[in-house]
Amino acid sequence: MAGSAAFDEMNGLDGDVRGPYAEIARWLRATPREQLYRKREEAELLFRRIGITFAVYGEGGDPERLIPFDLIPRILARSEWEVLSRGLTQRVRALNAFLADVYGAREILRAGRIPAKLVTGNELYREQMNGFTPPGGIYTHVCGIDLVRTGPEQFHVLEDNCRTPSGVSYMLENREAMVRLLPRLCARHRIASVSRYPEELLTTLKSAAPSACKGVPTVVLLTPGPFNSAYYEHCFLADEMGVEVVEGADLFVQDRVVFMRTTAGPKRVDVIYRRIDDEYLDPECFLPESMLGVPGLMAAYRAGHVALANAPGCGVADDKAIYPYVPEMIRFYLAEEPLIPNVDTYLCEREEERKYVLAHLDSLVVKLAKGSGGYGMLVGPHATRDMREEFRARILARPADYIAQPTLALSTCPTVAEQGIAPRHVDLRPFVLASADGIRIVPGGLTRVALREGSLVVNSSQGGGTKDTWVLEDDLVAAVSAEPVRSQSQSQSQGGGPGGC
Amino acid sequence: MLSRTAESLFWLARYTERAGNVARGLGVAIRMAGVATRLNGEDAEWRSLLTATGGDAGFYRKYPAPTQDAVVQWLVHDPDHPSGILPCFEAARRNARAVRTALTVDMWEALNDSWNHLRALPPEATEGERLPDFLGWVRERVMLFNGAAQDTMLREEAWRFVHLGTMLERADNTARLLDVRHHLLTSGGEGGVDYVHWQAALRSVSALRAYHWVYHDRLDPRRIVELLTLRPELPRSLIACYAAVVELLDGIALAQGGRRGECHRLAGEIHARLRFGRLDAIFEQGLHEFLTHIITRTAELGGEIERFYIRA
Repeated sequence: MAGSAAFDEMNGLDGDVRGPYAEIARWLRATPREQLYRKREEAELLFRRIGITFAVYGEGGDPERLIPFDLIPRILARSEWEVLSRGLTQRVRALNAFLADVYGAREILRAGRIPAKLVTGNELYREQMNGFTPPGGIYTHVCGIDLVRTGPEQFHVLEDNCRTPSGVSYMLENREAMVRLLPRLCARHRIASVSRYPEELLTTLKSAAPSACKGVPTVVLLTPGPFNSAYYEHCFLADEMGVEVVEGADLFVQDRVVFMRTTAGPKRVDVIYRRIDDEYLDPECFLPESMLGVPGLMAAYRAGHVALANAPGCGVADDKAIYPYVPEMIRFYLAEEPLIPNVDTYLCEREEERKYVLAHLDSLVVKLAKGSGGYGMLVGPHATRDMREEFRARILARPADYIAQPTLALSTCPTVAEQGIAPRHVDLRPFVLASADGIRIVPGGLTRVALREGSLVVNSSQGGGTKDTWVLEDDLVAAVSAEPVRSQSQSQSQGGGPGGC
Repeated sequence: MLSRTAESLFWLARYTERAGNVARGLGVAIRMAGVATRLNGEDAEWRSLLTATGGDAGFYRKYPAPTQDAVVQWLVHDPDHPSGILPCFEAARRNARAVRTALTVDMWEALNDSWNHLRALPPEATEGERLPDFLGWVRERVMLFNGAAQDTMLREEAWRFVHLGTMLERADNTARLLDVRHHLLTSGGEGGVDYVHWQAALRSVSALRAYHWVYHDRLDPRRIVELLTLRPELPRSLIACYAAVVELLDGIALAQGGRRGECHRLAGEIHARLRFGRLDAIFEQGLHEFLTHIITRTAELGGEIERFYIRA
């Protein structure tokens, strides 16, 4: 089912090179393999020196390891991106409307469009958010929507990440790496720039400031600290935005106002871009033993003295058990039809669907409803009999914990593999920024690639890699195969040239 | 700047400087062990090095006697000794990682590359005849870090906290190294034993050549003390370190609109004592008493800096 039947984004279904990849195909034909391998080594050196690492725990080995970077970019035509962009905007608007509703009037529950039990009985539902409206009515300011593709026109949303999605630093650094490693290839395309993301993020965060905040809001990024797997990203984003990276102990609350400890004394904080989970935010409100959070933070938040982005309680919108209802949210709140469909999803909790799942374990993907990072997952067609039987037992023991989806033939992209260039499955995580004045999306996102042949698991914690994602400004390749007119002499400045990388 | 950032910058510089100082002290001790066993007790040199590095109590809890192997193990590798060379680099790098964005790329690479090298260090690299090479490498890495900081940091608060850490640590180190040899610098004899120790005192702050350039004369204990305490030309003298400490603290205060505390007063007081003190008075008071006073006040100053800028 997967694998051979997959749609290849370069070669299409029939083997003809698709328009956006014309120049890449030419480049691949003209470049000796050894040169690609050499470039790949250069890329690794570059990432190691800059220190872009991703920590994976519990596996031994190097605790600061690199996510493999694949040199061959993943390319989307402008027209393709525009459809996605509209669909993403629609989806994030609906998700925010849903969050405002379930922590407010609960109309969607009263209308019976989503079972109330799934929402208010959900462990990710935060009672603490009831009857409180965050500034601007926005809950999920930074949202990562995972998309997969199965055909030329067929994109699906695989998962929503409304809490603290990570990976955006790779989107930015991958582009940086491409411009440094393959400047001429970049210059032969008109690639939409992603470099504005930090600025857009800062604008989004500032606009989330409480209305009581006068003047320029002080924004900080709250990290769990250097042992977190995304710590590099936290520092990178803060550095790019010019804001402080703080840990819980750097903040304190006095009279329901949040301050950070600085060498010049306490400084008031207006907006916290928090990259720690809800439960750790405030020991007075959530887990009392948390050392990562700030005592009294929620009281300051509810008093309207500080903003949190994303708001606590967003998990109820991206829970895998809620996911099947997102199309319904779009219809309910926006009176529109979803522009990007979901993947069919079976909730094992429901008897009918559970029966179906148990009868089709060899063709379905089974996931933990609360899981992330590709852990605790069964890919039916690739699983052994023992693994399937183990999952059967687990589903029967705790049906509410599991969902299942058909095994999709995820699209593939040409990728540098040991034996040469080979198709590998990819997904795409665009980053969507929401504020009261609208939705911002930089064109592109993070393309993750399953490096093992035939594998459908792209998560970096499971040995996946990343690619740079190019959205072309126009659907025609800029300067057909010719080299740039300007010579590569010393007078030419470094970097991308006309490609706008 | 975040207090935690200032703290990490201050300590990463202190740990780095400390690693260099331990390497310098160890280098001198090995040299002395080569020439001085016949002059002196077998392990006197190792004992005084342990005293100078301030961790002797911990050492004697763990090792039966201060043999060369035991002291090298303690001062280079032992994870129980926070002022040992490897633990210092580890702590410096840990602090650096926590404040990556406050460092320049060159500083980070100097620390990170050192740490990666040390992580993969085979045990024999610090044994026997190879030890001096290793110690030389440590000093080079510390100089590389200091050079990277000096050459690439914006002259803002971050730089001031880094340099403050370096200078405070250096002042402490010079006072301690001098103190362990105080009796040999005040006894006034001119025997061969004392002479070797005077040389060692100068070598341990890389100042033997500097002495000759400043005084154009043979070694004299009073001049050695003068050079290491009161002469501003010597970059590791107490007064040179304290002049920098005062200037850095003033720079931080000025950038914050003149906000000052006890740390500023105390630094000024210690500096004034060095600046307006007389060599005769130091010897009248007693060199050991004077140095003990400096060591104690330096520790107090470290505490006051933390109280004012970090734990406030």
